[in-house]
Amino acid sequence: MNATSWVRRDLLGIADLSAAEIELILDTAESFREVSERPIKKVPTLRGRTVLNLFFEASTRTRSSFEIAEKRLSADSVNFSASTSGLKKGESLIDTALNLQAMSPDLIVIRHAHPGVPHMLAERVEAGVINAGDGAHEHPTQALLDAFTIRQHKGGFEGLKVSIIGDIEHSRVVRSNILLLTKMGAEVTVAGPRTMMPVDVESLGVRAVYSLEEALRGTDVVMMLRVQLERQAKMNFPSVREYFELFGLTRARLKAAKRDVILMHPGPMNRGVEIASDVAEGKYSVILEQVANGVAVRMAVLYLLSGVHQEVG
Amino acid sequence: MTAEIQRKRKILDSKQLSRVIRRMAVELLEKESEAKDLMLVGIRTRGVPLAEALAAEILRMEEVEVPVGVLDITLYRDDLSTIAPQPVVKETHFPTTLSDRALVLCDDVLYTGRTIRAAMDALIDFGRPRAIRLAVLVDRGHRELPIHADVVGRTIETRENEVIDVHFAETDGENEVLLLEKLGE
Amino acid sequence: MRLLIRGGHLIDPGQELDERLDVLIVDGRVERVGKDLKPGRHGEVLDADGLIVAPGLIDIHVHLREPGQEYKESIETGTRSAAAGGFTAVACMPNTTPPNDNRSVTEHIVKEAARHGYARVYPIGAISVGQKGEQLAEIGDMVGGGVVAISDDGFPVMSPELMRRALLYAQHFDIPVIQHAEDLGLGADGVMHEGEWSTRLGLPGLPGAAEDLMVARDLRLLEETGGRYHVAHLSTARSLEMVREAKSRGLAVTCEVTPHHLLLTDREVFESGFSTHTKMKPPLRSEADREALLGGLEDGTVDAIASDHAPHHVDEKDVEFSSAPFGIVGLETTLGLCLDRLVRPGRISPYRLVELLSTGPARALGVPGGRLAPGDPADVTLFDTKRQQTVNPTRFQSKGRNTPFAGWKLRGRPVATLVDGRRVELR
Repeated sequence: MNATSWVRRDLLGIADLSAAEIELILDTAESFREVSERPIKKVPTLRGRTVLNLFFEASTRTRSSFEIAEKRLSADSVNFSASTSGLKKGESLIDTALNLQAMSPDLIVIRHAHPGVPHMLAERVEAGVINAGDGAHEHPTQALLDAFTIRQHKGGFEGLKVSIIGDIEHSRVVRSNILLLTKMGAEVTVAGPRTMMPVDVESLGVRAVYSLEEALRGTDVVMMLRVQLERQAKMNFPSVREYFELFGLTRARLKAAKRDVILMHPGPMNRGVEIASDVAEGKYSVILEQVANGVAVRMAVLYLLSGVHQEVG
Repeated sequence: MTAEIQRKRKILDSKQLSRVIRRMAVELLEKESEAKDLMLVGIRTRGVPLAEALAAEILRMEEVEVPVGVLDITLYRDDLSTIAPQPVVKETHFPTTLSDRALVLCDDVLYTGRTIRAAMDALIDFGRPRAIRLAVLVDRGHRELPIHADVVGRTIETRENEVIDVHFAETDGENEVLLLEKLGE
Repeated sequence: MRLLIRGGHLIDPGQELDERLDVLIVDGRVERVGKDLKPGRHGEVLDADGLIVAPGLIDIHVHLREPGQEYKESIETGTRSAAAGGFTAVACMPNTTPPNDNRSVTEHIVKEAARHGYARVYPIGAISVGQKGEQLAEIGDMVGGGVVAISDDGFPVMSPELMRRALLYAQHFDIPVIQHAEDLGLGADGVMHEGEWSTRLGLPGLPGAAEDLMVARDLRLLEETGGRYHVAHLSTARSLEMVREAKSRGLAVTCEVTPHHLLLTDREVFESGFSTHTKMKPPLRSEADREALLGGLEDGTVDAIASDHAPHHVDEKDVEFSSAPFGIVGLETTLGLCLDRLVRPGRISPYRLVELLSTGPARALGVPGGRLAPGDPADVTLFDTKRQQTVNPTRFQSKGRNTPFAGWKLRGRPVATLVDGRRVELR
């Protein structure tokens, strides 16, 4: 497999990708990581290309990460956020899409609260579309940067034990990670309160457990998820105190994992809710590496997608 | 897109190739009096074995170990398009900083000059070298930019439909230089 | 006026007929059914050689959107759509604007239907005032105006007290109470069936249990009250099982299923790439549910196939999946889908299909039709089980284009409908 087999115009989800395509993105990201270590962290690769960052949902991390990646590739970035876009004025998504198309961007990065919106957009614009998170559906670049980080530390995925812990039901990060990791041969365990576990989750090829201890036992990678506090009002858990009691990660509990376990979190963290501060900053944590790798992975995705252009079908 | 390529003739065999590289090393040392602030920078893919071969010759002659860097110019190319898949990006690597060094860019074939233009852009993003020189194994003419090599292994008159194919043991299993003629697009 | 339908294969479950028979119609009513009939003096002949002749098809669950939402559909376009799809009668749900919760709206519908007359229209009245689920509507008055059943469809009757009263009160008029069975207290923000695919797509789920809870509750109430109870668009294996069990105990319960629940599953939301034409209520269910419904067709538990024809304007559907309104159109695809995907593979016989599309619906609703015996109104549907069609929404008579079946190649299609012995012409 080499880049000549990269024929996608859009990155809508991990569901569409083959293991070989995932490897290609990760390998390409490896080369881009070096760019971020240069004195001049910028290459002219996407000079003259326009990338629209379309964020219908607040996001500091993902949007900044994409923006930095775009700037390091010399692309022209234009940002739209929910507060400045037409959607607040009642414009339909379709009209927004058509308006954007009229500006002939090369790539559109979109974050939206509703699953499937990037797919809908991709059908209507000529630009390549990158899903930067659609509701609880997918967040492919997050899963790719997680995989990149895991590969750096563990060398590969085959037979690797990865435990994802927290609000499984409402997390797009989980879905993309499950799809990616199972495609690459890892053994994925998901854990969390039964009230935050989606139905038939095991049909995705993962093991579901309902105790933190069981999820941590002998695992190579621990991925903690952000608990959204507003879930409390929706009967998902009774209180933060009780959540931390049952599913909060502490140093003592982490001992059940392998000695060389790595600890990940897609951010932003709720210290004292899903994770204790000392663990978040402890020696197993690779959380800040994830952030750094995010730029390299997004550069790789922008680079690969910018080579493919198709007529709207 | 796939061009049918017919083999034409061998320009240099393994022995001749070694001799040419040896002569290039001598010429390089004549032009750069201070071997110790030199750095050879091979342009991926086949500039890299050339740079390594030159470094080996210099070590043999002068007993000076010249550092060898590897440069991937993909990100600086001016022919990236939206209609073809992107080429694979490989890593760029330098053993030391570039500032105040005399860099010798090494590539197998000098043709339009666009690769060298991209390589110089890239190098300048990494630091401020004292000088940049260019060493190529084959100069086949047809320049599109005002670029010339400081050290040339062989100058070969070619036509537009011809291709110079340089093979190194490290990358291709054999040391040789071939002249191929492209027949029909 | 005399018309002879000659040479066709008559399927009439109302008289248990399933053979090559001619039908003679005189002045809008069936005169005789038999072999080698003569049209008589000045009689016309309709050659039905190679066609199935059936009592007019009846769709007991459609939304005609008039009054108030004529941009989605009107009584005229809705009945044209019915005729194009082989239906001679439809029963329309009361969730219009204003809702059909009083006699003046009922009379408006009856009058408009009589004026356009592409198909018979049986209005279904609201159970509660404004379909708000609080106070009984003037059911008797509406029956006087032409209502044949009551339902708050579009919404469930959430209050058990109201359902109990409706079941009791409707007995005065011998009409069924039709329930949109969904407990809104469960999975209230759902947009697709809760299961593997909602999990994969990250979409909030509508659990099958929400339907089951409502059916279970209503059947328990029905034991107390008596009366007739009909489950609209039944979609789960468990609900079907409960209806089957209740029927075996002799309760007066009937149910309908839709073609889309018989032919598609929740996987379609994924396969279609979040197409809003896969979004309806109840949602497309699991394969196990779908199989159970097919079983219900075979064993007789299901009384009717109804389309739940729910036209929406293209702009309303052309939005994010989560924001789109529920519902798809079905009048012009139901017969073709059933012939191609149920009859042709042998899941049900043509006879059973006519039962599900004509005789069964007439009985469930207690309206005329479903039979072509001498003296019956001559509502007839002729269809061809072999002729091919490709579903093309742009050529629908309906204003709605919202169907997940666009592009499907179907073998079998309606050829003509007759209402009161007159062939319906769509100009």
